[in-house]
Amino acid sequence: MSTTTRILTVEDDERIRTVLRLALEDEGWIVEEASSGEEALVAFSSSSIDLVLLDITLPGANGFDICKAIRRDSDVPIIMVTARSDTHDVVGGLESGADDYLTKPFAPKELSARIRALLRRARTSDNNETPLIFNDIQILPDEGIVRVGNQTTRLTKTELRLLVELASHPNHVLSRETLLERVWDLGYFGDARLVDVHISRLRTKIETSPAHPRHIITVRRMGYKFLP
Amino acid sequence: MILRPKLPQMGLRTRIALAFAVAGLLLSMVISLATLGLTRQNLLQDHYNTSFTVFINNARRVLNELTSETDDEGRRSIIERLGQTSGGFSLLQVGEAWTATDPRIFGRESVPASLQQLADKGTVARIRSKLGDTTATMSALPIRSGSVQATYFEAAPLNDIEDTLETLFAILLSLVLLSVLLSALLGFWAARKLLRPLLKVSKAAEALATGNLNTRLDTPGDSDLDPLATSFNEMAGALQNRIARDAQFASAVSHELRSPLMTLTASVEVITNSASRLDERGRTALKLLTDDIARFHTMVENLLEINRYDVGAVDLRAEPVNVTEFVQQAISGHQQHIDLVTSVETAGTILWADKRRLQQVLLNLIDNATKYGKGEIRVILEHEADCMLLSVEDDGPGVLQEERQVIFDRFNRGQVGIRRGHSSGSGLGLALVEEHVRLHDGKVWVEDRGDGKPGSRFVVKLPISKSITAKLLAT
Repeated sequence: MSTTTRILTVEDDERIRTVLRLALEDEGWIVEEASSGEEALVAFSSSSIDLVLLDITLPGANGFDICKAIRRDSDVPIIMVTARSDTHDVVGGLESGADDYLTKPFAPKELSARIRALLRRARTSDNNETPLIFNDIQILPDEGIVRVGNQTTRLTKTELRLLVELASHPNHVLSRETLLERVWDLGYFGDARLVDVHISRLRTKIETSPAHPRHIITVRRMGYKFLP
Repeated sequence: MILRPKLPQMGLRTRIALAFAVAGLLLSMVISLATLGLTRQNLLQDHYNTSFTVFINNARRVLNELTSETDDEGRRSIIERLGQTSGGFSLLQVGEAWTATDPRIFGRESVPASLQQLADKGTVARIRSKLGDTTATMSALPIRSGSVQATYFEAAPLNDIEDTLETLFAILLSLVLLSVLLSALLGFWAARKLLRPLLKVSKAAEALATGNLNTRLDTPGDSDLDPLATSFNEMAGALQNRIARDAQFASAVSHELRSPLMTLTASVEVITNSASRLDERGRTALKLLTDDIARFHTMVENLLEINRYDVGAVDLRAEPVNVTEFVQQAISGHQQHIDLVTSVETAGTILWADKRRLQQVLLNLIDNATKYGKGEIRVILEHEADCMLLSVEDDGPGVLQEERQVIFDRFNRGQVGIRRGHSSGSGLGLALVEEHVRLHDGKVWVEDRGDGKPGSRFVVKLPISKSITAKLLAT
């Protein structure tokens, strides 16, 4: 992260791949390209990638599979590119571990804005952030981990950001709009599914029984709150 | 192919009931008349036979008892004794002397001339003739025994038979009426039974028409009705396939357009990044390109969005929305200055709505106002009963009365749009607005501005109470 940002774009349409490279290079980022899932995994492991732009429809292994494969040992920010904004594609992508999504066709400006927000999030957690210590939950932002009891779990940058946001205001309800604004820089018209899917991902990681959460509570019609 | 019913003013059920009633009437009338006729004939025959036997017996007694010496008194006694045994009336003529059981009923005047003539000729005669109010069988027997020259008449009234026949007629008449009524009821019942499957067909057709394309009829396992159900189902299937094909075609086309559009959008942005290196002409061309790609973009987006309604793939993502906050947020990012008019009642009103779609509704209306107005745009929030009115007013030429419906049709921009050469619209914006609003159980229409100034006012009416109490509490 010290010098230049390296972005991996995974896209099977060569024309789109090319123009995305041009647009992202205009922003001053270095672009690695992959035209299939398999190529993407090779490219990802062979150089240090700061962010992945991943199309869902790929020949061979699809975007969901690649996303899960990357997530197994990396918390790199991932933006999923969906063909439609249907629940299936969007929620599927987010559940596979993506941090954000865009629907084709999108403007490169929109993409750059999302990338910048994600990179900012990734960087803030690199800079000393105070650990949040509660009775049986310890959140250590600098290490990107959370300890529940004696269980240690790695979180992605976005999950961590979301948890820190909630845990910084214990017993306080935060609306989806607020969370979209503070975690994704999206605000009022952001997609509430981003919050909902990330909350459920967080629950599977830190709750002993995700279906009956004790720490991250849904407050009907209002939003979410953190109980220490 | 139009099937024209013969009696369009009467329902099929009424007609069938009527036909049954008429058939019932005819049938029961024929049976009744036959019964009546046969009974009458039998009764008359009986009466004829019995009365003849009685008459002969009586005549014999008169013949035995009557002598030339028999005086008035004697004749009276003979007749009176006869009157006790027979139900008829006797009349004895001896020369000019007439003796009767009851001369008021059957006296010499009651004897018809024809009977008299027959008797005078010396033959036994029987005729049926009027007797007072009733009819009677009248018989005559001339007695020529020595010096006695007499004629014995007897009248056997048909009173009893007529009474019987009258009663029978009354009974048969009520039976006829009853059978007409029963036939009509039977007809009505049969018609209902017959029409029940048709009613199902009509309900199914209605469901199809309202867009429920999965509607099918059960085949009842009845060889008469199954072909109807089968062909109805085939028709519904064909209709569904055709609609699905059309929708899929539109969907496929729009999806195919995504990739080139993505390349176009991104490429033009890359060029714009280095627009400073272009000369004036190049920049003008780039501006045209950018604008039209944006328009193309909107068109494809709208097409995809509206296509979801056609293929039935609408996923409503409803959530509680504070309307005032929503409108403020939606217009805050707009390049155009927009006035927002709210009231105390509208503050804090919460709607159950799909935020993204509601945003598209508002932005499309504002977009429309920008295109056709001169720049003064007002968004007004009002409460009306249990509804929220969200209006967008512009200072354009307004919408002609006859166009207020059609501008919500797809690819219909109205006369003003065409005349003024506006080509920036996708022709789908208002159609999409209407679909979105309908999805929220609301209504959208265009009217004159509230303050009487020229311009149009698009009103979106969204229900509050229903959505809030029912849906919100259910979540």
